[in-house]
Amino acid sequence: MCLGVPGRIVETYEVAGLRMGRVDFGGVVKEACLEYVPEARVGEYTVIHVGFAIGRLDEAEALRNLKFLEEAGLLASEVGDPGEADVP
Amino acid sequence: MKYVDEFRSGPLVQGVLGAIRRTLTRPWTIMEICGGQTHSIVKNGLDEMLPQEICLVHGPGCPVCVTPLESIDRAIAIAGRPDVTFVSFGDMLRVPGSTSDLFRVKSAGGDIRVVYSPLDAVRLAQARPDREVVFFGIGFETTAPANAMAVLQASRLRLKNFSMLVSHVLVPPAIEALLSSPDNRVQAFLAAGHVCTVMGWTEYEPLAAQYRVPIVVTGFEPLDIVEGICLAVRQLEAGRAEVENQYSRSVRREGNRPAQAVIREVFEVCNRKWRGIGEISRSGFRLREPYATFDAERRFPILGVMTEEPSVCISGLVLQGRKKPGDCPAFGTLCTPERPLGAPMVSSEGACAAYYQYRRYRQVAHA
Amino acid sequence: MSPEAAMDIASLTCPLPVTDSPRVLLGHGSGGRMSANLLQQMFLPRFGNPYLNRLDDQAVLEVGGQRIAFTTDSFVVRPLFFPGGDIGRLAVNGTVNDLAMGGARPLFLSAGFILEEGLPLDDLAAILDSMQAACQEAGVLLVTGDTKVVNKGSGDQCFINTAGIGLLEHPWLLSADQAQPGDVVILSGTIGDHGMAVMSRREGLDFETEIRSDTAPLAGLVASMLEASHEIRCLRDPTRGGLASALNELARASRVGIEIDEERVPIHPAVHAACELLGIDPLYVANEGKLVGIVGAADADVIIDRMRRHPLGSEGSVIGRVTERHPKMVVMRTRIGGSRVVDLHSGELLPRIC
Repeated sequence: MCLGVPGRIVETYEVAGLRMGRVDFGGVVKEACLEYVPEARVGEYTVIHVGFAIGRLDEAEALRNLKFLEEAGLLASEVGDPGEADVP
Repeated sequence: MKYVDEFRSGPLVQGVLGAIRRTLTRPWTIMEICGGQTHSIVKNGLDEMLPQEICLVHGPGCPVCVTPLESIDRAIAIAGRPDVTFVSFGDMLRVPGSTSDLFRVKSAGGDIRVVYSPLDAVRLAQARPDREVVFFGIGFETTAPANAMAVLQASRLRLKNFSMLVSHVLVPPAIEALLSSPDNRVQAFLAAGHVCTVMGWTEYEPLAAQYRVPIVVTGFEPLDIVEGICLAVRQLEAGRAEVENQYSRSVRREGNRPAQAVIREVFEVCNRKWRGIGEISRSGFRLREPYATFDAERRFPILGVMTEEPSVCISGLVLQGRKKPGDCPAFGTLCTPERPLGAPMVSSEGACAAYYQYRRYRQVAHA
Repeated sequence: MSPEAAMDIASLTCPLPVTDSPRVLLGHGSGGRMSANLLQQMFLPRFGNPYLNRLDDQAVLEVGGQRIAFTTDSFVVRPLFFPGGDIGRLAVNGTVNDLAMGGARPLFLSAGFILEEGLPLDDLAAILDSMQAACQEAGVLLVTGDTKVVNKGSGDQCFINTAGIGLLEHPWLLSADQAQPGDVVILSGTIGDHGMAVMSRREGLDFETEIRSDTAPLAGLVASMLEASHEIRCLRDPTRGGLASALNELARASRVGIEIDEERVPIHPAVHAACELLGIDPLYVANEGKLVGIVGAADADVIIDRMRRHPLGSEGSVIGRVTERHPKMVVMRTRIGGSRVVDLHSGELLPRIC
């Protein structure tokens, strides 16, 4: 029910009226249905579940999240005091 | 950015674990809903890295545990027909029905195929007009858009030999059932990130408000899960009860609109019996009337399916956080991975198998 | 939501799996728990003897003062042809490797074929050409064989059984029960290549990739390692059931614990991606040109060094250690610093959506 894997769109085309694409998972390319990500373009990442893209991955958001966690982790280890560091 | 390794960083995970430890002042019971999250926790050994005060309860978020027994028995009955090619995701082959399972049907000659995508089943039906192709349409909301599209395609292609045995279950009613149980001990939830990628999180807002539980929409990589737990703990410690989105790179509040539109076109909400519980109202999907011709239940009315609920295991109490698998009287004695009594013991992905292995390891390692 | 459902949440139960099947199931052949049970319940009680009971990949027999290794294996792969190889090459290398894992020099093979009526003769020719090439590469002679044909529909185009004989030219015993705490676990290269190469061509699950089967004859590599050290306790080629199954077998036979480090287990990025995509654990995926071994710690560096000089061991490395903790269990330290038990999987390895 939940296995969704990030993949990068390398090609889009139509098959039997459906928007399809070839998606690269890092050395493995498989066809997936892109009907549910009509704005996703070649080069973008999507989450693929059972051969369907169910959503686009937001790179800026991912980077923001990681950066935030990095800083929170660093801040915490500098301070070293329980309850001192504010982790939103 | 490849979205995988970055969210498996050991140092970042350690950083968040530290933050959790610093925020904790008392024990909390948190449930992760999705089987995929359980799998990630077990696979990465996250369970024992968490502070002792966090009691992580593995939720009912896996098709193996929750697909209604009736559906499995129906699937088995249909798959046994000589004119049917029964197509399914791999997960379901191991799931036991009342007296049999799909593997046994296969061994007795049934034509059963595993596919990766529901569209593969449609292609199979196109390629083999001489066979009745039946697809086992299971899953939570995550899989509904894919299954819906398969039916839509079959309809557009006017396929006469394709049908779907629909057995979708919905997450919010399950959460509500858990929360409204008088013995419930779960204090916060990690909601399923891919279910919410499709459906958004608006359905969880009334639940958080009414039952005063934090609900954090969480992803599946180790960093996602510990961050989700951290956000839940912060809310619990602060007495807040809101829906929060950890999996922000994939989930938006409104979810995936095109996917929801196709779900609405093909499916409608219905009552659904849950394995071991009974009926929870408005907790499933069924095909809408315009697509009734693709409903395998109507195409293959199965009479005389005797569905027997087993009585031994207590996973219901485990799901509430009231008991740990180790408290189950059968756990580790009557019920082990070698001689399992329940599906969660059958494969190493199952919650009980995971606990069994850890308990064995801990007993042996600290002997 | 019905009040009955709210009260009944406590009675949510697990589905009971059906374990006592009166028929053979696919899971019995997958190298996991069901296979082990089949062996214990059906075969050993009838045929138990000191040779068989060791459950090594080969039997080491004493004949006229010589130690001879004897083994057999059957090959039922579908599809017959896959990136990097075919059933013929597999059939030769598989048996050669079983002999090599006992430290034997493979000499002679037999080959029995069960062919389905209707198999194109061109396919058969290609398979046989491949076998001939593999025999030459491995330095073995095919000396006897048999062919049967079954009705269309009774056999999956082509089944091959090979049996092999080799000579042990050293006095040491390489066997699964020889591992000791303090020993070190070594692996000759990347895992999961073969299984995922075959999967990539399976109907319904196929994908584009450059993953190729790693099928290869390992006798030369083993001979080289044996020259370098006398502290090799046991070797296994982790075929069906993968690295996890091989390690579990060794842990059980030697009654020791084994710990491995996830970060040290090499895997091709493409194999990793394919496993992620299908939800399959690479630890359980078959390899056909790799070996895992347990060796004395003092000699580990020398052995790894020797391995790396051989084309089939160029990525050889230490991946873990043998311990007296948690006997008969295999535990993996995960990349993020946690631990997880690596158990025998129960049955057929299936892609999952959950």
